[in-house]
Amino acid sequence: MLDASRLTPLQRVSLRFAVISLLFYGLCIMEGMIMRGQQISFDLMEADHYFALMGAHPMVGIFGSSFMLVFGAFYFLVPTLMKKSLYSQKLAEINWITMAVGVVTVWLAGFVFRYAALYTNYWPLPVTEFKPISLLVFATGNILIMTGVMIFCYNIFATVFHRSDTEEPMGPLLKSAVGLDGFVNVYRRWRGEKVEEPLMPLPIVAIFRGTIDTLLDALVLGGISIVFLIHAVFLFTGEPLPTTWFDALVYKNIYWWGLDLIADGLVLIYVAGTWYLLAGLISGRKLFMENVARAALLVELVVSWNVWAHHLLADQAQWNWMKILSGEMVTAFELVTSGIAIFVTLKTLHDARPLKMTPQLKFLLGGILGFSLGVPAGIIQADLGMNRILHNTQWVIGAHAHMQLLIGLGMTLYAALYALFPMLTNDTPLKSRFLTNFHFWAHLIGGIGMSVCMGFAGMDGMLRRTMYGADHPFQPEMIGAAIFGSLMVVAYLAMMYNIISSIGPRGLLGIFVDLPDAGEQGAESATPA
Amino acid sequence: MTDSADVFALMKVAYLAYTLIAVSFLGYFGRRVTLAGTTRPGATRAFYAWVGCLVLVGVGIHVFTFNKIPWVKWDLTRDTQQIDQEFEIRMAEHEFRLPSRRIEIETGNMVRFNVTSSDLTYGFGLFREDGSMMFQMQVLPGYDNDLVWLFDKPGIYSIRSTEYSGPDGKDLFLEDVVIVSDLLSDSLAAVDL
Repeated sequence: MLDASRLTPLQRVSLRFAVISLLFYGLCIMEGMIMRGQQISFDLMEADHYFALMGAHPMVGIFGSSFMLVFGAFYFLVPTLMKKSLYSQKLAEINWITMAVGVVTVWLAGFVFRYAALYTNYWPLPVTEFKPISLLVFATGNILIMTGVMIFCYNIFATVFHRSDTEEPMGPLLKSAVGLDGFVNVYRRWRGEKVEEPLMPLPIVAIFRGTIDTLLDALVLGGISIVFLIHAVFLFTGEPLPTTWFDALVYKNIYWWGLDLIADGLVLIYVAGTWYLLAGLISGRKLFMENVARAALLVELVVSWNVWAHHLLADQAQWNWMKILSGEMVTAFELVTSGIAIFVTLKTLHDARPLKMTPQLKFLLGGILGFSLGVPAGIIQADLGMNRILHNTQWVIGAHAHMQLLIGLGMTLYAALYALFPMLTNDTPLKSRFLTNFHFWAHLIGGIGMSVCMGFAGMDGMLRRTMYGADHPFQPEMIGAAIFGSLMVVAYLAMMYNIISSIGPRGLLGIFVDLPDAGEQGAESATPA
Repeated sequence: MTDSADVFALMKVAYLAYTLIAVSFLGYFGRRVTLAGTTRPGATRAFYAWVGCLVLVGVGIHVFTFNKIPWVKWDLTRDTQQIDQEFEIRMAEHEFRLPSRRIEIETGNMVRFNVTSSDLTYGFGLFREDGSMMFQMQVLPGYDNDLVWLFDKPGIYSIRSTEYSGPDGKDLFLEDVVIVSDLLSDSLAAVDL
């Protein structure tokens, strides 16, 4: 059992992020299964409720679950790997509270006030179709989330660069943090010259690079939310602002530029960094082609900032050259950068044979499988010909997005969770190996099965953001997706039971509050591994 | 002529095969990595060959579809295409406003759909009777959203908005309103022009 009184402040704040993240994940899959029931044709709710649920679902899943688990892990890893102290513990505490309150506020905007402009918020839908109160609550929640994201970025940047306990000058640190020294080393090796050991560990480079995109994403989404907030205030006065001042196409370009940084910048880069970290930890070896991997992270900077137009391939008003250059060609390099990360990780593991099949290795391979399936599906839809017949179908959200998020990102994060669990809990052992294995297989089979069923429904013409009446032709695929989805719910419950029974209800509570007799209880129950 | 049904038939087989190969490879790798073994030299070359393959596949898919999927060229050259029939469709307040009760198209005609919205972003998609998609585009307010398509076979199609436009958007569905037929007279087509 976990003795929370022995946790360091850094462990405690990381665990707080992790616990909240897992709770939000539970909410997210519950929402997903309710929507799945509706898609099978159970008449569960009215359209406004259904779409409010659909709007809240990705916000809870991405910002409440994925972001918070990533933030919690990186708050622990960055100071630990850099052998520094976290720049501000207090900001980290404010951070998880701000994020959690923000996500709950956004969820309430949908659940209580029926805000349902969905994840895309296409102009002018948010400001013309919903009640002022719902817009106000959503915008406030989103601003809180983005404030939390910015606090994280500031705290991570400050931790990487603060020089109270290091002598390195700023220039080389920055050069190393963006992966430039990887390029220099590749060039030197090609010339037969001596290469220099980079200043920053590779996972830190990935975290730093991903955090640049995270910050830009927060600035765009936060800025749009401020626009919503202003409109909400004027709606309350009974004199709504005109909506024509913001061009729908310009808005769409700006919004997707920011929103896409989550998927194509942040997720792929953070994931690559986590793979590199885990490959190093599991194999105990230096990463294969490490300098190329560093350079690839810098290339990803160019790629992730220039791929957004693949979301506008169905927009006839968008310039053709932009569709081809950004939407097709630059986007194709997502395949290259993620392929490099896969090769480097697998080769590093392969060179360290024989390895023990630990939970972290198992989940790491699952995560790699998720991106191996999800990235090519995205490249297929980012094609002028294919997009014409796939845009906004279940293919996009199933074979691509859910495959990447649930299997690719999800299993990578679980690998990190299982790897960090002993470090964060002072070697508290996980209670059941069987449940860990069950979590792996049920999540893997459930996630892939569900995503593939959705992909097939998409190829059969099922749209992702509409409601079908009874007896629609896509019921078989949706029933298949529901069965596989249920397996994921069971996987989640198994994981939660395993974790909670390992740390104990008292340990769980102790992560958030100081319990009166924590010292005595801890002395009795501490179990070193 | 290739249509979306042909593309999806091929894609379903390819996707399923690729999924099985990827799962099998990672399964095989997971087994292999637990066994003792030696590392072969030459991995650096294999790495660069892998990167080269990825570039080829990533760019090659677009070159392939440009040459094999006919509507890519129609789309990129739609301003200069010879058009046989043209239809103006307006969208507002979660409604389609068609130029006539039904859209009738003569088989073999190249058709331009001009769709405009006066309030929200909508979608415009044609669907077969089995629910599969023929094509779609986004309909942005304040813009001319046009798409050209060659109808080479007779058929009956429904129109559905393919973009979310609020809860009321779920009703943006017109069943069996596009009729493609060999039997249309020239005069009927002229009325639509």
